[in-house]
Amino acid sequence: MNDKIKKIKIGMASCGIAAGADDVMALLKEKTGNMAITEVGCFGHCYCEPVVEIETTDGESIIYSHVAANEKSIANVLALGEEGRFEVNPKRKAKELLKVTRLAGVIDPTSYEEYLDNGGYVGLKKALAMSTEKLIDEVKKSGLRGRGGGGFPTGMKWGFLAAKKTEQKILICNADEGDPGAFMDRSLMESVPHQVLEGMLIAAYATGSTRIFIYCRAEYPLAIKHLNIAIEQIKEHKLNIIDGRDIDIFVKEGAGAFVCGEETALIHSLEGQRGTPRFRPPFPTDSGWKGYPTMINNVETFGNIPYLIAEGAESYASVGSEGSKGTKLFALAGDLDNPGLVEVPMGISLREIVFDIGGANPETTKAVQTGGPSGGCIPVELFDSLVDYDSLKALGAIMGSGGMIIIGKNRCMVETARYFLDFTHRESCGKCTFCRVGTKRMFETLERITAGDGVPEDLDFLAEMGPKVIKGSLCGLGQTAPNPVLATLRYYRHEYEAHVNNKQCDVLSCDNLVDVNIDQDKCIKCKLCIKNCPVDAVSDDFVIDNNKCTRCNTCIEVCPKNTIFRVKKGEGFSSE
Amino acid sequence: MGQNYDYLKKITPEASNLIRGLQAVQAQEGYVSDESIIAVAEYFNTPVVETEGVLSFYAQFKRSKPGKYQICVCDGTACHIKGSSLILDWIITELGIADGETDTAGLFSLETVACLGCCSLAPVLSVNGKVFGNLDRKATMKILKEFKQK
Repeated sequence: MNDKIKKIKIGMASCGIAAGADDVMALLKEKTGNMAITEVGCFGHCYCEPVVEIETTDGESIIYSHVAANEKSIANVLALGEEGRFEVNPKRKAKELLKVTRLAGVIDPTSYEEYLDNGGYVGLKKALAMSTEKLIDEVKKSGLRGRGGGGFPTGMKWGFLAAKKTEQKILICNADEGDPGAFMDRSLMESVPHQVLEGMLIAAYATGSTRIFIYCRAEYPLAIKHLNIAIEQIKEHKLNIIDGRDIDIFVKEGAGAFVCGEETALIHSLEGQRGTPRFRPPFPTDSGWKGYPTMINNVETFGNIPYLIAEGAESYASVGSEGSKGTKLFALAGDLDNPGLVEVPMGISLREIVFDIGGANPETTKAVQTGGPSGGCIPVELFDSLVDYDSLKALGAIMGSGGMIIIGKNRCMVETARYFLDFTHRESCGKCTFCRVGTKRMFETLERITAGDGVPEDLDFLAEMGPKVIKGSLCGLGQTAPNPVLATLRYYRHEYEAHVNNKQCDVLSCDNLVDVNIDQDKCIKCKLCIKNCPVDAVSDDFVIDNNKCTRCNTCIEVCPKNTIFRVKKGEGFSSE
Repeated sequence: MGQNYDYLKKITPEASNLIRGLQAVQAQEGYVSDESIIAVAEYFNTPVVETEGVLSFYAQFKRSKPGKYQICVCDGTACHIKGSSLILDWIITELGIADGETDTAGLFSLETVACLGCCSLAPVLSVNGKVFGNLDRKATMKILKEFKQK
């Protein structure tokens, strides 16, 4: 081991563990004779996991990416070898602005002291020295808008709750990050739980709240664990006693219902009921949890508060675009080189996020889906548009909570729309007819089209039903569910038409519209395809019976010479 | 009856804790049986139909006994784009059970979940909560083999 090593840190957020960080950790411990290794959260570069960072006695910090749990890789790290050293891509470095995630992946999430030593709870201290009116004014002046997707001005919401003169007021942190493809909140809770809690405590002071609930997805066990540890530490240091009020903080686990991201549904769920939304008004700030005035903010919104207060509203508002201030976290995933989490100033262009930061290939990128199943796709031609609440809305997409799925040219947009409707129609709570039945009919129509059984009238039906579902639904789920269909119809109508009119899927994605064939000239007759085919569709002379074939791709994956291909249905194989 | 539900006593028996009660049962038993529903309903003093109504709303609750190893194939957006339906197909063929089923030996159960939040490693699956990422056919088969031999 190199004697310059002062401290070893390893990224142990969910993504790190999934990539094998715990095995790396065990081996590091063994090789260093049980030296103390600090477990830190996620530093955003998920594509590099497992990540080990070494602090040296010279004050240098060396990051190693893709560390494997084997002798060679660990020996290289401990010798401070040159191999596998990680530098942030300069293009990304120039664009990103780390404010909310400043400490993510830097400090030990379970250590109160480390958070304190790095400027933690400075915002709370400053807030407590202000009057509540001044504090709310500060949040209003900052221009911060709710990061959960709605974009409602946070300071205004705080003002509503503060104006209530009841004994009990409830503060809820919405950590039910249900958008498939979004993991900003998970990362914050896992990596900097104290920062999220500090934001809540400041909000509790400003609004006079007496009780705090954190409604967190049960699928995030590590986030729940870190939050609970941090809550214990807060109570130990009596930070939860504000203005003489002993504020109780609970983490409540959600139980897997997407609709519970909607605030009135979330409140029902917290009350132990079915998570169906209800009419507003009354708004939760008038009557929420058990009838008490209740305010709901998202994890990332709370995560913004400590530095907003510490640095002041003016400094906060100096970043961002006209109607959207501050920074925003985005979770990049899908067809790109560098998936992970990134924090950028609002008003940056899609092009910068997807290509410069995400490392997606401009040649092979077709579109980006923002806002998950509630959002829409934005084609690559429009990537110069700015990313803020208002610009995205104008394009038929939404900012959403910050999930961005990059869709490559080899993906079928009809199938993508079908996928989102499959999700939303199952997650519809069933209360509103248009959402319950309308999304199901739209889903069935898309199923028919991708199966090659669509008719031209189906496209008219989708275009007609979408707006009706939007209009006829009570909550955000139904009001946004048709977006993926309407957006793909708007930008990729030709793909729909190819499916319906020519029974073709140009990118060879839809199973019913493709055949699978073997290139007889290049096949080496190794029989791996025959052996592995689950339905015995490959004959002894290496011809695939496409009536039997289920298009499971097993043969394509096992073929050592890549001689098996999907082709357009009925077109047979041509080796060109 | 005959099962012991003493662990419920740690939870205050008020209606707003009903979901927590059901979660406690599932954590203990692995699923929520008819008998458990009655016990929970009794403890929280809510009608049995209402208790089942709440339970059936949430995807997290299982009504039949899961296998020793619970495989969750993520079908979140990123995983879907990266071919999670193929992963599911391969597992279905390999284990001979459908999505949502448990094999007869009680070793594996299989389900798809909306998102495990590890999108950057897509496609992923988890076995008893441990996440495996960047899957292809080979990696998927290796995982199944390892757990079979355990």
